[in-house]
Amino acid sequence: MDGSPLSPDILVWIGPVPISRAVVTTWVIMGVLAAVLTATLRLARPGSGLATALEILVTTLSGQIRVILGRDPRPFLPLLGSLFIFIVLANLAAVFPGATPPTAHVETPAALALIVFLSVHFYGIQAKGLRGYLRHYLEPNPFLLPLNVLSEPTRTFSLMIRLFGNMMSHEFVIAIVVFLAGLLLPIPFLLLGVLIGIIQAYIFTVLATVYIGAAVGAVDA
Amino acid sequence: MDNLIEIVSIFGAVLAVSFGAIMPAYSEGRAVAAAMEAIARQPEAAGTLSRTLFVGLAMIETMAIYCLVVALLLLYANPFTG
Repeated sequence: MDGSPLSPDILVWIGPVPISRAVVTTWVIMGVLAAVLTATLRLARPGSGLATALEILVTTLSGQIRVILGRDPRPFLPLLGSLFIFIVLANLAAVFPGATPPTAHVETPAALALIVFLSVHFYGIQAKGLRGYLRHYLEPNPFLLPLNVLSEPTRTFSLMIRLFGNMMSHEFVIAIVVFLAGLLLPIPFLLLGVLIGIIQAYIFTVLATVYIGAAVGAVDA
Repeated sequence: MDNLIEIVSIFGAVLAVSFGAIMPAYSEGRAVAAAMEAIARQPEAAGTLSRTLFVGLAMIETMAIYCLVVALLLLYANPFTG
């Protein structure tokens, strides 16, 4: 079927590799982020508008992470902050004409969830050592070992499906409304999409923070 | 009845979405009501409450999203149709 929301929208082929619209959007987001970063680090003086805006962003993010983890957020800030900023921009890409949110296709959320899955173990082993980290699978009771192990892939899977399903279904709803009602009526849905995109990025980051916090022993989860 | 699988798939998708929307909607309503009551009692805890509420709502909504994904798989990527 042609109109499937699950099939990628191929723009060009580079050799045997198909480049879809979502991948191009990801590249544009990466370019914008790199440009902003370079402009701030090289050109902007401390105290200028751009530098102050980024400072506010970083301070807010680290404050939120500190509230959830209850410890120094500095080791976790690069990963979690990049996750949040990237997912916000990726979700908001739906607003720009010609762009499609990369998170509305299953491979980007899968990659992000895999990053979270691996970094949970990385931070856990870093904080507690290998034996100490593996021991937390036996808590509170060794009989719960199968459930503790099972919860790792299932929560990673649900992290992926949550982001993918929300963004994809939202795109799908807008497509149906455009098909049924024409030009102007989808605008409220697009505004709702801005809200949904930011909330989903927040939730993804908070859940990643909680998982990492549970692995390093800061919070119960 | 050559296209019996398609017909059953459409019914399955409709049932998945409709029944998969009922309980998450009900439980999200209960969660929001409880959070509203807690904020009304303790307005100074609104920050913590709303953060926990959002995460909880996302957890509940994931159930509805699972049903939606199953329905869309049935409609667009059905493994049983040729």
